[in-house]
Amino acid sequence: MEQLKQKHKDVQGIIFINLIRLLFLVLVIILLLLLGKIVVEGSGILSLEFVFDSPRNNMTKGGIGPAIFGTIAVTFIMILFAVPLGVFSAIYLNEYAKDTFFTRVIRTSINNLAGVPSIVFGLFGLGFFILFIGRNIDDVLETGLLFGQPALLWASATLAVLVLPIVIVSTLEALNSVPKTHRDASYGLGATKWQTIKHVVLPQARPGILTGTILAISRGAGETAPILFLGAAFFLPNLPVVDLCIGDYCIPMINPTEQFMYLAYHIFILATQSSNPTKTLPIQYGSTLVLIALTFLLNITAILFRYRFRKILGRL
Amino acid sequence: MKEVKISVNNFDLYYGEKQALKNISIEIPAKKVTAFIGPSGCGKSTFLRVLNRMNDLIDHVKIQGEVLIEGVNIYDKQIDVVNLRKRIGMVFQKSNLFPKTIYENLIYGLKINGIRDKKVLDETAEKTLKQAALWNEVYDRLHEPALSLSGGQQQRLCIARALAVEPEIVLMDEPASALDPLSTAKIEELIHELKTKYTIVIVTHNMQQAARVSDQTAFFYLGELIEYDKTSKIFTNPTKKQTEDYVTGRFG
Repeated sequence: MEQLKQKHKDVQGIIFINLIRLLFLVLVIILLLLLGKIVVEGSGILSLEFVFDSPRNNMTKGGIGPAIFGTIAVTFIMILFAVPLGVFSAIYLNEYAKDTFFTRVIRTSINNLAGVPSIVFGLFGLGFFILFIGRNIDDVLETGLLFGQPALLWASATLAVLVLPIVIVSTLEALNSVPKTHRDASYGLGATKWQTIKHVVLPQARPGILTGTILAISRGAGETAPILFLGAAFFLPNLPVVDLCIGDYCIPMINPTEQFMYLAYHIFILATQSSNPTKTLPIQYGSTLVLIALTFLLNITAILFRYRFRKILGRL
Repeated sequence: MKEVKISVNNFDLYYGEKQALKNISIEIPAKKVTAFIGPSGCGKSTFLRVLNRMNDLIDHVKIQGEVLIEGVNIYDKQIDVVNLRKRIGMVFQKSNLFPKTIYENLIYGLKINGIRDKKVLDETAEKTLKQAALWNEVYDRLHEPALSLSGGQQQRLCIARALAVEPEIVLMDEPASALDPLSTAKIEELIHELKTKYTIVIVTHNMQQAARVSDQTAFFYLGELIEYDKTSKIFTNPTKKQTEDYVTGRFG
């Protein structure tokens, strides 16, 4: 019985666990260094004026207001393209499409689309949206060169294609997680397929779809490469806004045919094209901080949605 | 002479290459409880789902033969499956209430039929809850989540939900298998009362339950209908050796 008191020493296990702890620590330190540097250097310049003002004096003074506005405008229009298309594609794939060679090709294509380098999307946008679709619209409507040039509309459309896989995959997951028994119950009560999707499947999948949408926004807001030649401007004196008038009553609207400033692109030009790097450096850090805070907030919202979604599902 | 509600003639069903139902012929009487018993995988649940064409939802299912409900073949090309399922309610093994309120669950079947009249909806909700002997327990919290109810209450709400579309036939797939004895007793009592209005077909694993609630019993084994007779006959004096072995607990 003395043997029972001799404890086993799991040496390999101890080494392994501590190695993982060490690597984890390295990871956290790198993240903290990165964020810390940006927060320390950038927070000094943060103010209401910085967030709302235009850049002045060759970008050595002023704020980043137009860049923030442009980012919001572009991602907003992007969502108008990406979410309906993505959600309906996912509904088709998950609820209607049978497992055939054709639908497998579609599924594989979606996954491959997610792996295409983002600069390729930019070239695609230039070739397809601007030179093909835009120029043809101009020809048909005889609008001269209104649509056939880099503009907010085409940047949004291109980013929509870029984030489409995110929307489709997260919607597919959400649809898949709706239990089959609930569909059975609905069919058993004499519901048609569309009634079942509309009243039973979609309400339960909604938080998952919303999560995908938010992740798509944060991805789109952080991209630089695809919009390089799609209308992202170095500097614009005016916001891409037009007054939409019905009679005497006018409301300002986003003008999708204008060029725009973009937060991620703004950081890029501050870093590479500045005439006075010492003076633009704080602005550059400030812009980075704003961009990170923006995407971070969006991601946190997405995580909270997913958490709530899991809790609801856990009760079933 | 009893009235025949469902009459099945030489029915075969295949999952891909595998034959799951072999040459089933049976006549199910109106306003009686008919129980399907048999060991797991014998095809009794599959056969239940044949009766309201729920198997249509599964890929690679092939069928042969006919199922007549009041003389009409429900596998006829002209039959509308959606209308068929409105006439044949179904209660599943595990409660499958929607994550909505009790009230919304009850009126779901009416809502998809386009009924919007609040008065009709309210009356139906109350009537079916009373039929399912659930009214006294939930009348003051109709607008609370259905999933806050106990397991037995949830299953009775499933029955009420099925009754709300006023079916003629109610199919029950092991409705009490996940419940405690008290809740099971309530469900059985309910089945007993429902048969005055509805034709009920129930699949059960539990032989005492079949003996208690049913008028007719069908014994399935390996996709075949071995024996079908009055419940009292099946449990006391079966004709076939296999039936006797099963009901006396020698296998299964």
